[in-house]
Amino acid sequence: MQPHIQIGKVSKVFSTGDREVVALDDINLDVRRGEFVCLLGPSGCGKSTLLNAVAGFSPPTTGTILVDGEPVQAPGPDRGMVFQEYALFPWMTVEKNIAFGLEIKKKPKAQIREKVGALLEMLKLQDFRDRYPKDLSGGMRQRVAIARVLALDSPIMLMDEPFGALDSLTRRNLQDELLRIWTEYKKTIIFVTHSIEESIYLADRIVVMTYRPGKIKKDVSVAMPRSRDPSSAEFNELKKELSLLVMEEQSRHNQEEIKAPTAD
Amino acid sequence: MFETLQGFLVPIVLLALWQWLSTQAIVNPQILPAPTAVLAKWWEYLKPQELFDPAQSSYLAWLFSGELIRDAYASLYRVVVGFLVGAVLALPLGLMMGANDRIYKLFNPLIQVFRPIPPIAFIPLSILWFGLGNPPAIFLIVIGAFFPILMNTIAGVRHVDGIYIRAARSLGASQTTMFLRVMLPAATPYILTGARIGVGTAFIVVIVAEMIAVNNGLGYRILEAREFFWSDKIIAGMFSIGLLGLAIDTGMNRLNNYLLKWHRGIESN
Ligand SMILES: Nc1ncnc2c1ncn2[C@@H]1O[C@H](COP(=O)(O)OP(=O)(O)OP(=O)(O)O)[C@@H](O)[C@H]1O
Ligand SMILES: [Mg+2]
Repeated sequence: MQPHIQIGKVSKVFSTGDREVVALDDINLDVRRGEFVCLLGPSGCGKSTLLNAVAGFSPPTTGTILVDGEPVQAPGPDRGMVFQEYALFPWMTVEKNIAFGLEIKKKPKAQIREKVGALLEMLKLQDFRDRYPKDLSGGMRQRVAIARVLALDSPIMLMDEPFGALDSLTRRNLQDELLRIWTEYKKTIIFVTHSIEESIYLADRIVVMTYRPGKIKKDVSVAMPRSRDPSSAEFNELKKELSLLVMEEQSRHNQEEIKAPTAD
Repeated sequence: MFETLQGFLVPIVLLALWQWLSTQAIVNPQILPAPTAVLAKWWEYLKPQELFDPAQSSYLAWLFSGELIRDAYASLYRVVVGFLVGAVLALPLGLMMGANDRIYKLFNPLIQVFRPIPPIAFIPLSILWFGLGNPPAIFLIVIGAFFPILMNTIAGVRHVDGIYIRAARSLGASQTTMFLRVMLPAATPYILTGARIGVGTAFIVVIVAEMIAVNNGLGYRILEAREFFWSDKIIAGMFSIGLLGLAIDTGMNRLNNYLLKWHRGIESN
């Protein structure tokens, strides 16, 4: 069967003034339909760059990205994006934020209302329907952002450290919520994180990236049945293994930082 | 309660001082009339000039037939019309200039040249072009309101956080939707700041314009009073101008809070 997302020989070079940063170098990655893939690596290794290329925000310098066999040209509602900064529209109420994508698609009013109502209920947001984002906690905001993407029925969800700014309890809560959604709607998910534990808790597959140039260091399948117990031996075994890999890259990051300080 | 009283303390002391000063024979009442004289003049300026006659007009029309009311209305009318015309011109241009670099580069040099010219400096030209009456006055107010709104709209659009644009693009927003439902609302805090400055400028300009180009309105009235050495009327007129300005600013503030109820820093309940 054709992979849902095919990333072939993708590289991305940023040139800022006299310096060139190879953010991605020869990335090859196939993601199956319905697969939950985590991109893991230290800060600055190119995770966001890769995700943004799949989203269509910034095309790769070389290589191709195919979704359902079609090259990605631009951002689109078939690939719903969830940002770490939530990116909710602060001038729209919760309800309006979720409805926005459907209004863009010019769906009939009644259908929008029904769908938004169902999503509000599913993500336990009914009581916040008429609130503005500024009145919500981080966890609530991210629920709205997820609902906004779900409203579009995008087969693919791209998530860039969506739970990075949340406290650990809220984070676990949303992780469970996400797994429930993923199981129910059979989404294909690429999820960026630099938390090893988070990646093991969530993913079918963990793709560890190297720091400058951003390459795939290791592609690890996680076979543990869900829901996974972070205190189990198996979990911790994998955690140790991944920690070593990430640590190597982290120390390379630190060394580079001393040589040439960067913004990341 | 105590706080409110505190707020009145300084004005009351000053008023008392003023009253005392004017009862002493040191100052000529034509230079500085007593507050009571100003108040009396104010009432005279405010109240209907003729007795109520049902055959002539309705009661309400009669009630508002005082000179002050008619002047205030004339000034307010000019401010509103001038401000609206200025805003209607500045807003689309500002949105386009903010969103499109090419349009920005096309218009920016011209704007940079005209912006530092105080609207007052347009008075001779406006009289030459439009003669006397409302047209030159409104023209000046348009100019006064135009630039603050324009500059702030440009800044507002340019400062729209890229994350909203990206989010909207990934939701499939068209150019029009992006413009109307993302850029415009995101820029409203700036635009409203511009509008508020614009109204303030318009209010300054209207007073000056009335002193020169028209023969009614609050600005005209205080200049006219000077010719008769009615300093009590001048001061009454000045306070009226201040109160109208305050009312306009309060109105803008209310509008601001209503339109920006989603904005951080403004409490909603
Ligand atoms: N627009 C850009 N211009 C220049 N360099 C960039 C740009 N975007 C990213 N980079 C560089 O590319 C590299 C990869 O950045 P990227 O944001 O993808 O990292 P990341 O893995 O997402 O890191 P983080 O965990 O901090 O989000 C970094 O070294 C960064 O400095
Ligand atoms: Mg990133």
